[in-house]
Amino acid sequence: MSNIPSELKYATSHEWVRNEGDGTYTVGISEHAQELLGDMVFVDLPDVGDEVDAGEDCAVAESVKAASDIYAPITGEVVAINEELEDAPEQVNADSYGDGWLFRIKASDETELANLLDAEGYQNSIDED
Amino acid sequence: MTNKTVLHAKHLESNAKMVDFHGWEMPINYGSQIEEHHAVRQDAGMFDVSHMTIVDVKGDDAKAFLRTLVANDVAKLTVPGKALYTGMLNHEGGVIDDLIIYYFSETEYRLVVNSATRVKDLAWIAQVSKDFAVEVAERPEFAMIAVQGPNAKAKTATILNADQVAAVEGMKPFFGVQAGELFIATTGYTGEAGYEIVVHNDDAADLWQKLLDAGVAPAGLGARDTLRLEAGMNLYGLDMDETVSPLAANMGWTISWEPEDRNFIGREALVKQKAEGVDKLVGLVLEAKGVLRAGSKVIVEGGEGVITSGTFSPTLGFSVALARVPKTVGENAQVEMRKKLVDVKVVKPSFVRNGKSII
Repeated sequence: MSNIPSELKYATSHEWVRNEGDGTYTVGISEHAQELLGDMVFVDLPDVGDEVDAGEDCAVAESVKAASDIYAPITGEVVAINEELEDAPEQVNADSYGDGWLFRIKASDETELANLLDAEGYQNSIDED
Repeated sequence: MTNKTVLHAKHLESNAKMVDFHGWEMPINYGSQIEEHHAVRQDAGMFDVSHMTIVDVKGDDAKAFLRTLVANDVAKLTVPGKALYTGMLNHEGGVIDDLIIYYFSETEYRLVVNSATRVKDLAWIAQVSKDFAVEVAERPEFAMIAVQGPNAKAKTATILNADQVAAVEGMKPFFGVQAGELFIATTGYTGEAGYEIVVHNDDAADLWQKLLDAGVAPAGLGARDTLRLEAGMNLYGLDMDETVSPLAANMGWTISWEPEDRNFIGREALVKQKAEGVDKLVGLVLEAKGVLRAGSKVIVEGGEGVITSGTFSPTLGFSVALARVPKTVGENAQVEMRKKLVDVKVVKPSFVRNGKSII
């Protein structure tokens, strides 16, 4: 049973979103997703300054098993990326909700957050898989 | 129905993630396949390979039978315990399976074949053996544990009795010896030193636990695959199968053409393939980001080929692959990855030996 923190929002494509309270939102992949992928070997992140649309593939998490697209959960500008993942992609496995964060988006339309799942909704979506 | 090895409970005790592997419930990893990979390259790791099939061949015609059955020549084996790697071919020169044959005497041999091909292997062996005075016996009462890595032999020695230590002392690579209740062989599938140990099912869990206590790390099928690929060893079903010539699978060295009058199964087809020319299996290296994956198209000088096995190499820190390509291949190639063409280097199909890069 994997950990699904209740304070986060989720996309069915397994990204999590954390409200930083300043109009920016941190994005990562869920513990369940990293378990499915296995040991991470490369993480390709967007560039700071990139404009991304909700649902757009903007990063790639490549594990020993497969390359998996990461989708922007919300529309906005990428304002930060986790550069440590360049040398330590395994942080995504070790701490998917903490040191394994991927990038931060300055939301252009915060009402989009309502389209994401809460922890319970995400748990249900996993159970249906 | 899923088969379980006698070590199944031991895997669960070590928090293994179990997966279906050709009908066997086997550990894919015990947490991190990359850490398990490094344990084997740098220290000592062990794999449950009890799903593999042990077949003993005995009888007056044992030698003659095997000289017909496989492409390599068991007549090369004259020292008891010596092992031979070979392909077992069909009449069209395709690979039914790859296997190891241990020689005990000219009337007594042991074969270790793949689990995924067990049923067809046993059927083929039974069919070919009809014309020979041999007894063929599968040995399901045995489990098998592969202990591999630079410290594998030393750590294993701490749990053997004095007679067993003496029996394996100074044993060269690719030999096996019956030492008390254990059959211990200096074979493996990782490119490291170590042993493959055949142990009775009743004693397997105890042996596994002793090895754990001696500091040998359990390693799953995930690490087994990255290790064998770094070592440039073929995986049956990916790098070759019944439609692939051993000549196109880097197994040319396992074919014994001499003596010319040894008419092993597949010989006629191989002679023809050799004359006509076949593709070759090469190594690919991608030093940029990304992981080469099986099935990807490879563009080389003079044509196109395909990646048969690809992975991230934990030892090297970048991706390597085996690919079957036209003979005209040069030193560089391009691989189609996620709809883009990426430049790769073409090398011999072997990347790591004894912990070191050999590219």
